[in-house]
Amino acid sequence: MSVLLEVTNLRTEFATRAGLVRAVDGVSLRVARGECLGVVGESGSGKSVTFSSVMGLVRSPGRVAAGTIHFDGRDLRGLAPEEMRAIRGRDIAMTMQDALTALNPALTVGEQMAEVMIAHDDTLPSARGARRSAIRDRSVEMLGLVGIPAPETRLRQYPHEFSGGMRQRIMIAIALTCRPQLLIADEPTTALDVTIQAQVLELISDIRARLGMSVVLITHDLGVVAEHCDRVMVMYAGQVVEEGPTDQVIGAPRHPYTRGLLASIPRPALRGQPIRPIVGQVPDLVGLPPQCRFHSRCPLARQGCLVQVPMLPAGPGRQARCLRLEETS
Amino acid sequence: MSLGKLLERIVQLVPVLLGVSLIVFVMMALTPGDPVQIMVGEQSITPAQEAELRHSLGLDRPMAERFFIFLMNAAHFDFGTSFYHGRPVADVIAERLPATIELSLVALVVALATAIPLGVMAAIRKNSLLDRVATVGSLLGVSLPGFWFGILLIMLFAVHMQILPVSGRIGYDNEVAAVTGFLLIDTLLAGDIAAFGDALRHLILPAITLGLPMTAILMRVTRTSMLEVMRQDYVTFAEAKGLPRRRVLYRHALKNALIPTVSVAAIETGSLLGGNMIVETVFGWPGLGRLVVESIFLRNYPLIQAAVLLYAVTYVLLNFIADILYTVLNPRVKL
Repeated sequence: MSVLLEVTNLRTEFATRAGLVRAVDGVSLRVARGECLGVVGESGSGKSVTFSSVMGLVRSPGRVAAGTIHFDGRDLRGLAPEEMRAIRGRDIAMTMQDALTALNPALTVGEQMAEVMIAHDDTLPSARGARRSAIRDRSVEMLGLVGIPAPETRLRQYPHEFSGGMRQRIMIAIALTCRPQLLIADEPTTALDVTIQAQVLELISDIRARLGMSVVLITHDLGVVAEHCDRVMVMYAGQVVEEGPTDQVIGAPRHPYTRGLLASIPRPALRGQPIRPIVGQVPDLVGLPPQCRFHSRCPLARQGCLVQVPMLPAGPGRQARCLRLEETS
Repeated sequence: MSLGKLLERIVQLVPVLLGVSLIVFVMMALTPGDPVQIMVGEQSITPAQEAELRHSLGLDRPMAERFFIFLMNAAHFDFGTSFYHGRPVADVIAERLPATIELSLVALVVALATAIPLGVMAAIRKNSLLDRVATVGSLLGVSLPGFWFGILLIMLFAVHMQILPVSGRIGYDNEVAAVTGFLLIDTLLAGDIAAFGDALRHLILPAITLGLPMTAILMRVTRTSMLEVMRQDYVTFAEAKGLPRRRVLYRHALKNALIPTVSVAAIETGSLLGGNMIVETVFGWPGLGRLVVESIFLRNYPLIQAAVLLYAVTYVLLNFIADILYTVLNPRVKL
């Protein structure tokens, strides 16, 4: 499989009053064509910022300080703002956590769909009437694709007139309008209740198979990853700590943090036993020393762990950022 | 918004207007100073003559009755006779009103046309030189008293540079037949471009003086609400869609950011009327504001009553318009 997105040594920093925060520190990743990559980590682990950096959407006081981002053979960091804008929404699309806040309350759903086509699609007819009906047909088709009933009338409505699950579908429809090669779905199910969650994830998987696009699924739900992702990448405190094929990483995690995450999930098989959370807190990202960041919470930590730890091979197609891998195999 | 809802809102205005009328009436009746004494002035009259005058003005009747008569007449736009002019109040006001409306509208347009772009630019380039200058400028704008700022403008542009007229609405040699009372329209109707230019030049300084505080307030409101809106997810999502920056700013951000601006603008438009009294006096503008100031000194009750009622009704109507605009900008709000 050819590589669609390749990020190497990405560093994204935020200048805060307390000091420089390296929200993303040396992240490297690859997404192959047609692949679904799950990105897991708790809030503040840098998973969203990593992909905001890919999209070129990091805002002041943040900035991408180092690293390369190659997409479909192009160096995204070297592009002019206008060239990057042309890629956003057309080749790389993104959905956000909460569709209620991501859709503009003051514009109709139809307008919010149409503007993506107008911004990116040069094949639209130039004659006004033909153009309008082409846009409407395509909008109806997209809403139909994500399972919105009666799309023609729905186009004239505003976001607040839809249910939460429907809004999420509309946001996905907007993201997919230009048939992007890569969809970045940032916590697509967090704001939804459980039954709707399953539907939305099925929808994404289904469309991914149909359009042959790649998907990055950002989530903190390992269950979602297990079901939908080919590969998974676990992030902690701005770094990737473990990465590999989903079944292997979840079946036999090698990094102590991944093991802690999996152990803290309630499971029917462990009914009656207390949940085992990871003790301690995520470290403050200001002025972190260049040593293992999980050290203070790690059950396997030793003196020798207080050094800079690179990603180490942890099996076929797997890597983990830990010096104690022999103890976790 | 349905027509039924709209009618309902209009009906709701009635009790508000009644209350306003009552307050206006009571306030005027309780104000110290006897109109008869002021009309008579230094002349000596007999008590019988005075009683007759009092009777002819209706001042000898009980308050409740006077209020009822006032209401009934007001419903027919009959506000009695101006003590001073000896003509119906409605006529005197109607004569002066166009000058005030014209000045207020131009001030409003000037304020909106400067405040919104400045507010947006200050928000987009937060902490830039432009932002700082605009913020300091708006502080000055709300703090400078209109009578002082107006005189400064006159000294600079009319006296010192001599590029704009000192006062009045139009030069003597440019007067045209009154059709609408709005000089910008009447001069055009007369086909007199030179007179139109003259009327416009006369409007510049008073409109700037009158619109300055409003510009300052609207700029700050727009800047704050634009900054707030730019942080919203829907703006990030619009950017993630790869929309042109202009569209993100003006269609996605500004449409939402203008919601508070519109409410404040409507209320501030009402305050333009109050500001008119000062600005019209400073610039010798023959409008309602100056008429009211003169009438207050003359205890010209019927005229003051009618004018205050007019101000109040305007306020109420402006708020009503603001509510309607609100629903247009914000589809989540229903009347």
